[in-house]
Amino acid sequence: MSEETKKPAGKKKFELDPALAEYRGIWVFIEHERGVAHGVSWELLGEGRKLADKLGVQLAGVVMGAPGEDTRRYCQEAFYYGADHCYLIEDPLLKDYRNQPYTKGLTDLVNAYKPEILLLGATTLGRDLAGSVATTLKTGLTADCTELNIDVDIRSLLATRPTFGGSLLCTIQTLNYRPQMATVRPRVMAMPPRDTTRSGGIAEQKLSMIETDIITKVLEFIPDQNTNKINLEYADIIVSGGKGLKKQENFQLIRDLATVLGAEVGATRPLIQSGWVEAGRQVGQTGKTVRPKLYIAAGISGAIQHRVGMDASDVIVAINSDPNAPIFDFATYGIVGNAMTILPALTQAFRDELAARAAAVPA
Amino acid sequence: MEKFDAIVVGAGPSGNAAAYTLAKAGLSVIQIERGEYPGSKNVQGAILYSDALERIFPEFRDEAPLERHIIEQRMWLLDDDSHIATDYRSDAFNKQPYNRYTILRAQFDKWFSQKVSDAGALVICETTVTDLILDGNRVVGVRTDRENGDLFADVVVLADGVNSLLAKKAGFHPELKAGDVALAVKEILFLPQETVESRFNVKEGEGVVIEMIGKITQGMMGTGFLYTNNESITIGVGCMLSDFKESGVSPYLLLEKMKAHPSIKPLIQGGEMKEYTAHLIPEGGLKAMPQIYGDGWMIVGDSGMFVNAVHREGSNLAMTTGRLAAETIIDLRQAGKQMTRDNLAVYRAKLDDSFVMKDLAKYKDMPGVFHANPQFFTTYPELVNNAARHMLTVDGVDKKTKEREILKSFTASRSLFGLMGDAFKMWRAMR
Amino acid sequence: MIHIVVCIKQVPDSAQIRVHPVTNTIMRQGVPAIINPYDLFALEEALRIKDKFGGFITVITMGPPQAENALRKAVSFGADDAILVTDRAFAGADTLATSFALASAIRQIEKDMPVDIVFCGKQTIDGDTAQVGPGVAKRLGLELLTYISSIQSVDIDRREIVVQRRSEGGVQVLKTRVPCLITMLEGSNEMRFATMPNMIRAARTTVKRWDRVAAGIEDVTKIGLKGSPTVVSKVFAPSPKTVKAEIITTNRGAPDEIAAALLMKMFGRYPHVREELHKQPV
Ligand SMILES: Cc1cc2nc3c(=O)[nH]c(=O)nc-3n(C[C@H](O)[C@H](O)[C@H](O)COP(=O)(O)OP(=O)(O)OC[C@H]3O[C@@H](n4cnc5c(N)ncnc54)[C@H](O)[C@@H]3O)c2cc1C
Ligand SMILES: Cc1cc2nc3c(=O)[nH]c(=O)nc-3n(C[C@H](O)[C@H](O)[C@H](O)COP(=O)(O)OP(=O)(O)OC[C@H]3O[C@@H](n4cnc5c(N)ncnc54)[C@H](O)[C@@H]3O)c2cc1C
Ligand SMILES: Nc1ncnc2c1ncn2[C@@H]1O[C@H](COP(=O)(O)O)[C@@H](O)[C@H]1O
Repeated sequence: MSEETKKPAGKKKFELDPALAEYRGIWVFIEHERGVAHGVSWELLGEGRKLADKLGVQLAGVVMGAPGEDTRRYCQEAFYYGADHCYLIEDPLLKDYRNQPYTKGLTDLVNAYKPEILLLGATTLGRDLAGSVATTLKTGLTADCTELNIDVDIRSLLATRPTFGGSLLCTIQTLNYRPQMATVRPRVMAMPPRDTTRSGGIAEQKLSMIETDIITKVLEFIPDQNTNKINLEYADIIVSGGKGLKKQENFQLIRDLATVLGAEVGATRPLIQSGWVEAGRQVGQTGKTVRPKLYIAAGISGAIQHRVGMDASDVIVAINSDPNAPIFDFATYGIVGNAMTILPALTQAFRDELAARAAAVPA
Repeated sequence: MEKFDAIVVGAGPSGNAAAYTLAKAGLSVIQIERGEYPGSKNVQGAILYSDALERIFPEFRDEAPLERHIIEQRMWLLDDDSHIATDYRSDAFNKQPYNRYTILRAQFDKWFSQKVSDAGALVICETTVTDLILDGNRVVGVRTDRENGDLFADVVVLADGVNSLLAKKAGFHPELKAGDVALAVKEILFLPQETVESRFNVKEGEGVVIEMIGKITQGMMGTGFLYTNNESITIGVGCMLSDFKESGVSPYLLLEKMKAHPSIKPLIQGGEMKEYTAHLIPEGGLKAMPQIYGDGWMIVGDSGMFVNAVHREGSNLAMTTGRLAAETIIDLRQAGKQMTRDNLAVYRAKLDDSFVMKDLAKYKDMPGVFHANPQFFTTYPELVNNAARHMLTVDGVDKKTKEREILKSFTASRSLFGLMGDAFKMWRAMR
Repeated sequence: MIHIVVCIKQVPDSAQIRVHPVTNTIMRQGVPAIINPYDLFALEEALRIKDKFGGFITVITMGPPQAENALRKAVSFGADDAILVTDRAFAGADTLATSFALASAIRQIEKDMPVDIVFCGKQTIDGDTAQVGPGVAKRLGLELLTYISSIQSVDIDRREIVVQRRSEGGVQVLKTRVPCLITMLEGSNEMRFATMPNMIRAARTTVKRWDRVAAGIEDVTKIGLKGSPTVVSKVFAPSPKTVKAEIITTNRGAPDEIAAALLMKMFGRYPHVREELHKQPV
């Protein structure tokens, strides 16, 4: 990995401002909405655990919510996934996510307990909150990290993220500011094991705010109809199509295979842009990051911007007519051929496989 | 809708030269370019000939984005696996002011266009002129593809490049004949500056041009070229469109094959392709030139066939015709005259005493000559290369005998008389 | 009359960025600069509000002198005024320093005409952080509305605005007051095609240039490199994966053969994939 830019000012005998030395510990913001905690929170705890151990500090989860939103269960889960203890703010004002009260609550917590690192999911909620908190605290924030590490001797977070349209990676440090903040997209980090023997203490905090302080009101919440509800990030099997499918009709071949596999459907950006597929199905740098057990890519060249979104998949099967297509450089299995003929054959093969199973099961 | 003194269609060298000259003289000028930005649609080899630009910008050397000034010209005669070369390099070319530069059109046209706006012309990009607006047979403006897109002016300068659709629509200009245009394909290959300089044995800022004829064009009438830029190499090949049609050779494969030629390959080794472009070059010369002015309109640059095929000069003729057209308009205005066909005839007169017409006249027969004598592109390269190989292979045969054999091989394939005639044509063509 | 400020950024068209094969450095040479695509949704939304209620749109960018082209283009779409905040002192700014500079420039704009709505794009394709919008909002104490997919209603007299905000698994309908800062979600609208009169107006516009002082910034430690908590310590190319795909072939090469061969190989080496497959109801 060849380097380009200069070493950070810090690398040459960097001295941390003593005033900041009191910032200790790693926090992960536990995101939940309408009764579900977002998986990215657990993924971050897994990553935070490693960083905490490197620094020899504690890992804390931060849970905010309204009474009756079983916030305590989320704290419990946080312990299972690696947190040593949790901070909890419970207040009716925190019912639905709104920027103002959540920003207030989280910044007050930080100012009170001074963590050196604060991690959030790069979700719509997490990005909205992180950006506001970082500005309020006047500290650095690195978005969409794909790798987190520690420069132990200067206790500095090494946050690595794609840059220049994904063609390069860059490592960013927040030297003389605390906390060091970063957001990470769902599925970029692996899900840690869930250890139900773990537990920890919960420190409660009040939200010093009343409804009349809050300008923005939530009138209603319109959930996505289950019909077009897309769950790409957490799908275990994904079938994706690219421009190699030539015609929009041919994308049906992808859908057919997906139905048989009980899989989610994904696509490359050009297909989204040409309106063949809904935006929510784009896999890659400007789409979703996925890590299914099986990812089938048909007619996809494997451009870096697509690759970064899917190459953490366990098994990647690539179908491409061009033996030199870049996707064959990182796929697990490759089929050199015409997607329009291979896809139906695959669909049939899987159908048979499942039929055989059905036959095996005594009725 | 407001009326302008002049509308210029196109922001290539000719259009920019015209628009700049007009605006600088205080006329209200609007220039329409279909490309995303000036230069975005322009392909060129590209050698810039200083003189034409200098007459418009005496100080261009201080600001224009120039790549390298040419200190060495190589002429290659290639057959399938070898080449024989004449090579002229002179330190005289290293004396300011330099005479020729390599440029990247995308950058150069951007810079030129900036000058045009600075001079006060309105430069409107991403807009295509779809029609000329006529009043009787007088051109009074242009229609564009934008809402409320009609524009009006005393005179419209057509600088829309080779194969000008507008000129054709308005019937100023017959369909291009395939025999009058060359199709050139070109690639820019990225190479680190040091690599370029070591491979071509030049110092920073110095450049080399290689002109090639021979088997690379697979018997078609045409030439190949290779220019050194700062951090890249321009390589391309152009042949008459008619020949491409007849031979059915794919221009892309032609270039690919040329790049694989053992004499060329090592020079471009490891180059990363940055741009592949194909473009027409009008090469019909004087004989194919259309009417270039009329009531309320003038044609400049490629759209007027102003290209010197033999020396592959175009942008300099483009700039010169653009400037002269503008000066004509300026003079007429100052004399308070209308932009009528008769008055605009001055443009033709100006062209006639410029190098433009003189050169075009001088070479008016060249396309014919080459067309009639395909051997320039097939037989000779082979013969000459054989000859050289023969001479340079030490195999115990004495040089005198070799010379005799070589001459035999020549005369065998072509009469001595024909040879002399060709030699003369060749000399005129290549100089 | 509504006064809207739209923050746009000129970015290199990353689709055309090349990485130097040898040195892994960026080859910006000849890469065209464009308006950050996400910002066009913000600008178009602002234009629609202006179409409905009348109003005045100021576009602002912080960037190098060339960024003037981006502003000119915004004017050709229908923006009324354009301000380029440019100063060597801004060089190397990260999102915190950028939002500081923008916020203070917007305060200067307010001195001539109070601002009702500030629009930002969702994110940039080069910085790609989605932080500058929230940053500006917090600094100016504006209500922050991110990931807005549509603006339901604007009530100027009551100074109220109702918007739809994309969130996990659904859409929040939010009611808040102006002044506010909105970051628009992509795909929420489509940029119009500029008319010739607007093209001409744009070509004639003189873009205002504000340096640090004009932008109302005294404290140089808050801008540029100095004002940026984050430092880029290293840029590098992703390490290429060494193991290439195992290409599935059969002697006849018939699709059904290949499919069968794939399943056999895959289930053999990765039983958990088969288990996953079998999880679904029969
Ligand atoms: C800033 C930026 C962000 C981007 N973000 C994303 C992103 O998030 N996600 C994304 O996907 N892209 C993204 N892109 C676009 C990305 O760079 C590529 O352009 C895109 O991924 C290519 O899509 P594709 O593979 O479908 O098309 P292509 O690259 O055109 O590949 C088509 C492939 O199909 C093969 N093929 C052709 N015919 C057949 C056939 N009959 N059978 C089988 N194979 C066939 C071809 O060999 C080729 O390999 C981004 C680009 C930029 C600049
Ligand atoms: C491969 C190649 C190599 C060459 N090498 C050299 C060389 O080394 N040296 C040299 O001097 N010359 C060279 N030439 C010739 C030179 O490029 C041309 O002669 C020169 O560009 C002509 O300039 P122009 O302004 O007349 O036309 P162009 O440069 O073609 O400009 C025409 C402009 O008009 C615009 N336009 C066209 N139609 C419309 C419309 N309807 N509405 C709005 N805008 C429109 C186009 O987008 C274009 O920007 C080369 C040409 C080629 C193809
Ligand atoms: N230099 C800048 N000048 C003006 N607006 C900017 C600038 N940088 C970012 N923005 C705005 O902030 C949004 C988010 O940018 P970013 O935080 O870089 O993803 C962009 O879509 C723009 O609207």
